[in-house]
Amino acid sequence: MLNLPHNLKYAIKTLRLGDWLIVAGSVIIIVYLFQTLWSSEHATKVQIRLGDKVYATYTLNQQRDIHVHGPIGTAVISIAQGKARFSKSPCHNQYCVHQGWLTRAGQAAICLPNQISLELIGENKPYDSLNY
Amino acid sequence: MKHPPIQTTADDHRIAKLAAFAIALHMIEAVIPSPLPGVKPGIANIVTLYVLTQYGFATAAWVSILRVFASSLLLGQFLSPTFALSLGGAIISLLMLWLAMHLPKKHFSVVSLSILAAFAHIAGQLMIVRLWLIPHTSVSYLIPIFAIAALFFGVINGLITAKLLYNKASNKPEIPLL
Repeated sequence: MLNLPHNLKYAIKTLRLGDWLIVAGSVIIIVYLFQTLWSSEHATKVQIRLGDKVYATYTLNQQRDIHVHGPIGTAVISIAQGKARFSKSPCHNQYCVHQGWLTRAGQAAICLPNQISLELIGENKPYDSLNY
Repeated sequence: MKHPPIQTTADDHRIAKLAAFAIALHMIEAVIPSPLPGVKPGIANIVTLYVLTQYGFATAAWVSILRVFASSLLLGQFLSPTFALSLGGAIISLLMLWLAMHLPKKHFSVVSLSILAAFAHIAGQLMIVRLWLIPHTSVSYLIPIFAIAALFFGVINGLITAKLLYNKASNKPEIPLL
């Protein structure tokens, strides 16, 4: 039963014209789904939130470090040609720093201890909201 | 109080026997780990497809729905979100099969039915997830993966069903020896 060449021959013999059309249609739908849902839109801006307020929004088209003073200390956020990251944070676990560079629209890094979050924004915002 | 004995017909016995097969396959599948929640081969659908071709839609619907209820009871998922997804997927697949069974047999084998049912199944489940469980667009990222799985397992299950039907038609043992 696990004789693969035989099974493949059997499969080709079994499939009729309509089956092939349905397989082809499915493949087209899958390719289309990949193209529309996995299109990694490039981000143009980064939005920094502090607590429940938007702290600032910067364009990603620059190279600079931003110092944000959160409840437990100062975090450093780096922007470099289309990407952004936490590069220093006073938090204990450093999850936000380890997340590394964010490059695509919709990506976010959140530092809960320091109540600072980054979110990359493209031309069209892919999500309605980000709740945390 | 004495109840009159329940009269069972040959049809009932057949449905029970076939549903038992489907439940067994569902149980086997439940212990197979899956790389992604939701991506499952759906081997119990082989029974649904086989029954649909051999005994018609009504029997297939009974077998499929009984399988969903009995399996969820056995796995302790009855009335849980998993059960809702399972039932929703089964109902939408059955609706799709009810439409697809009218396709001309000359050009469309059981493999077509299998693929269409697999797509309907995942579409139904994604709708339930989107509307009820995770009302958020983030699930859309996984849709292409689910679609590939649906096509792949749809073809495999369809081919297995075709083989079983062929063996039945040519009086070979229905379950081929491994």
